[in-house]
Amino acid sequence: MPYDEALERFEPVLGLETHVELGTASKMFCGCPTAFGAAPNTQVCPVCLALPGSLPTANAQAIESTIKIGLALNCSIASWCRFARKNYFYPDMPKNYQISQYDEPLCFDGHLDIEVEGRTIRVGIERVHLEEDTGKSTHVGGATGRIHGADHSIVDYNRAGIPLVEIVTKPIEGTDRMAPEVAKAYVTELRELVRALGVSDVRMEEGSMRSDVNVSLMPRGSAEWGTRTETKNVNSLRSVERAVRFEIERQAAVLADGGRIVQETRHFHEDTGATTSGRSKEEAQDYRYFPEPDLVPIAPAAEWVESLRAELPELPSVRRKRLQNEWGVSDLDMAAMHNIDAIGLVEATIAAGAPPADARKWWMGELARRANESGTALADLPITPDQVARVTAMVAGGALNDKLARQVLEGVLAGEGTPDDVVSARGLQIVNDEGELSSIIDQVILDNADAADKVRSGKVAAAGALVGGVMKASRGKADAGRARQLILEKLGVTE
Amino acid sequence: MSLIHKTAAELSALMAAGEVSAVEVTQAHLDRIAEVDGKLHAFLHVGDESALEQARAIDARRAAGEELGPLAGVPIAHKDVFTTVDMPTTAGSKILEGWRPPYDATVTGRLREAGLVILGKTNLDEFAMGSSTENSAYGVTRNPWDLGRIPGGSSGGSSAAVAGYTVPLSTGTDTGGSIRQPAAVTGIVGMKPTYGGSSRYGVIAFASSLDTPGPFARNVLDAALLHEAFSGHDPLDSTSIDAPVPGVVEAARHGDVAGLRVGVVKEFAGDGYQPGVLARFRDSVELLESLGAKVVEVSCPSFTTALPAYYLIAPSECSSNLARFDAMRYGLRVGDDGTRSAEEVMALTRAAGFGPEVKRRIMLGTYALSSGYYDAYYGQAQKVRTLIARDFEAAFHQVDVLISPTTPTTAFPIGERADDPMAMYLADLCTIPANLAGNAAISVPCGLADEDGLPVGLQIMAPVLGDDRCYRVGAAVERALENRWGGPLLSKAPAL
Repeated sequence: MPYDEALERFEPVLGLETHVELGTASKMFCGCPTAFGAAPNTQVCPVCLALPGSLPTANAQAIESTIKIGLALNCSIASWCRFARKNYFYPDMPKNYQISQYDEPLCFDGHLDIEVEGRTIRVGIERVHLEEDTGKSTHVGGATGRIHGADHSIVDYNRAGIPLVEIVTKPIEGTDRMAPEVAKAYVTELRELVRALGVSDVRMEEGSMRSDVNVSLMPRGSAEWGTRTETKNVNSLRSVERAVRFEIERQAAVLADGGRIVQETRHFHEDTGATTSGRSKEEAQDYRYFPEPDLVPIAPAAEWVESLRAELPELPSVRRKRLQNEWGVSDLDMAAMHNIDAIGLVEATIAAGAPPADARKWWMGELARRANESGTALADLPITPDQVARVTAMVAGGALNDKLARQVLEGVLAGEGTPDDVVSARGLQIVNDEGELSSIIDQVILDNADAADKVRSGKVAAAGALVGGVMKASRGKADAGRARQLILEKLGVTE
Repeated sequence: MSLIHKTAAELSALMAAGEVSAVEVTQAHLDRIAEVDGKLHAFLHVGDESALEQARAIDARRAAGEELGPLAGVPIAHKDVFTTVDMPTTAGSKILEGWRPPYDATVTGRLREAGLVILGKTNLDEFAMGSSTENSAYGVTRNPWDLGRIPGGSSGGSSAAVAGYTVPLSTGTDTGGSIRQPAAVTGIVGMKPTYGGSSRYGVIAFASSLDTPGPFARNVLDAALLHEAFSGHDPLDSTSIDAPVPGVVEAARHGDVAGLRVGVVKEFAGDGYQPGVLARFRDSVELLESLGAKVVEVSCPSFTTALPAYYLIAPSECSSNLARFDAMRYGLRVGDDGTRSAEEVMALTRAAGFGPEVKRRIMLGTYALSSGYYDAYYGQAQKVRTLIARDFEAAFHQVDVLISPTTPTTAFPIGERADDPMAMYLADLCTIPANLAGNAAISVPCGLADEDGLPVGLQIMAPVLGDDRCYRVGAAVERALENRWGGPLLSKAPAL
């Protein structure tokens, strides 16, 4: 059903469960390193392979990071809580249980404020808890890439035991037609918050942050929530938005046909933007949770929690407000920068000496255009804020004009070196030599006698054509203002 | 007296004095194993070569003038749940047949460091589940006192090996009585330390909140020496207690009960207790009084509910602990012929690899933890556990130690209870409360039952981290009884 029609008839309720891999040096319950991209099964030991007799010991840094996330999300921190075992069999889970938390999460009952289309929405946080990641299975053969139908599967246990924080929202109501944007904005804000805390690098493309998106619909005017579906492991901001939109359209169509929504997990497909049915919750496993007897309870001292609270860095929303005031930009401009992750880049460029307006102009203009063209994130462009600041300084000093500056940026992006390297290699220097400029102008006046006559006769506007001619002849390197001045002088005209 | 009849302390002294070498000591015990283990079947693996190699290394270090620990060169055997880098580790199960661990358990590693010579690995009930060692996938172990009877369990290989003079020291694990009960029925000393006092790292888990590694020896001092050698905080075991090891060796050297307040647990008597066991227990009470102890009766009403609570908690934990045996990374793999799914291979492997008692407990535990039953079973059992801990606490306000028979009966005939799990479970009636509360408890020999001439054990229970009290009382009882008997109880055992 088309989105608008779906929204006319139904109201969506959202819920998000987001997993963040913490950036600790070692795994959650053993000393193995956590570096991404190592050869398969090289970062393993008796503990994370669940060899008989091995025992877990909890990573104190991971507990601290989780508490920081909880504090930044305005949560209460448990004074005493336990890990729990979640029991189910799967080949990429070495113990065939996951050490997680069940009814005693480390952090609970918080909120995160997000802004969507100028509106502030408070997303309730149900809980933040700590657990371990599983290994990574690759299913070879078969049509779906899933375990069923595969010829065989291979497992990499390097990821097994990496600390994972799960952040669960309370049901998010009242988002109306903004539901997809709210979901995306929430995950974006959460990602920035986790990054600002320095507890994870949150690279969604490496799977270090992934969200399960819950969506249900209720008919307009109803107070009773519908049955929800859970779309698992959505791993980009855009996909979060698309998955919500797709589920709203799909569920609306089912409900409108008099069908019923099955409570189930679903998979999101990046290529089609569609979700498909996974395991039905109706045949769901009984996880037989019980307190993990191999680990002692976590009992963070109140003074320690308060010291962590006191050490929290400036949170992203606060920082944005501060920068907006400092830079004097509109809500709209700020939102635009936020949307393409430009705020930090602009800030760093200003810190490197560029005036705020210039820093913003280059990142949001030329560089944003180039990032968009090449399909890369702005931050991944091969240019640094220092280099952008250098270019703005050259423009301000008169060594470059905007046109030349664009060429310098292009050169830096093409790997030709620093802005100064590009300027000298390409010979991109405004022509300041009055003698050279003067002879170019003389030639242009000769070549454009008609235009010159018009100027002489008082039609000063015709000088534009001559300036254009000078710029062309100098291949853009002339200072257009100075050229105009000289042309008028030579033709004996004053403005 | 031959080397095999000497205690660990005596062997240590002889080696230190240069009167005998570690190689000679090791060889004497290997010869004894070759001679009698065919009858006992205490060992699942004997490492002749590696043992002699270790012994030679000890002799060389001693010859070089190196200062060695008090047990250097003394032979030891490990229950086959302790991982050992130089020997297979099976937990008595087909599912781990031939598995060679790439790492040492903390206990085995510490004892290796202390210079003890590992002769081999001992038989046990599969995954330490049982009270007779009949549940081993590798055959039954026999009691040196009567080859037709069980050596106790689950650490029956370790008790039979020590009682059969094939090794002076061995390790065991005690989850519901698996050290104390085998010690009692074979006439030796077995100690369950305070939970967390000995590391579980590298001990193949049965029930994590109960499993406690501990020592077997032929006398109290040897047990204390071994206890001290492997105990102490281990950062690899989160539940390990970060506190000094109680002074167990000192206590064992100075057994004394004068002025000590001893409580007799009222609930551990009556129906189901063999008359000969109760008679020896009454003798022990009189002995303690004659040695100057003040004996009073103490009631611990919740102890009567310990057994059912245990049979919910232990199976629940084991159902989860044993999930890792799935044919994916180690051990047995059945049905992997290219046509079956991973799930089918897991199921076939577990069906073929686990014995009936292990399956029974996995099923019990899976049921007890299921949604809708958790509160009624696992949750209730945890409450009982709290009540038992409170009973202990209240009792230890009145007395310094609690005593009881270690087991309700002497060693029963092989096969007698094999098909009756409930009868088998009753063997742990008196030992389970200390596991549920985490207390220290020891079993020391206190005589032979009149009706069958088999050993009876006296259990001495102390508060958490009061392990030294067990040794102090045990040593006093041992000294008095050996004076009365003219030697250790074990000297009355028939020759093998």
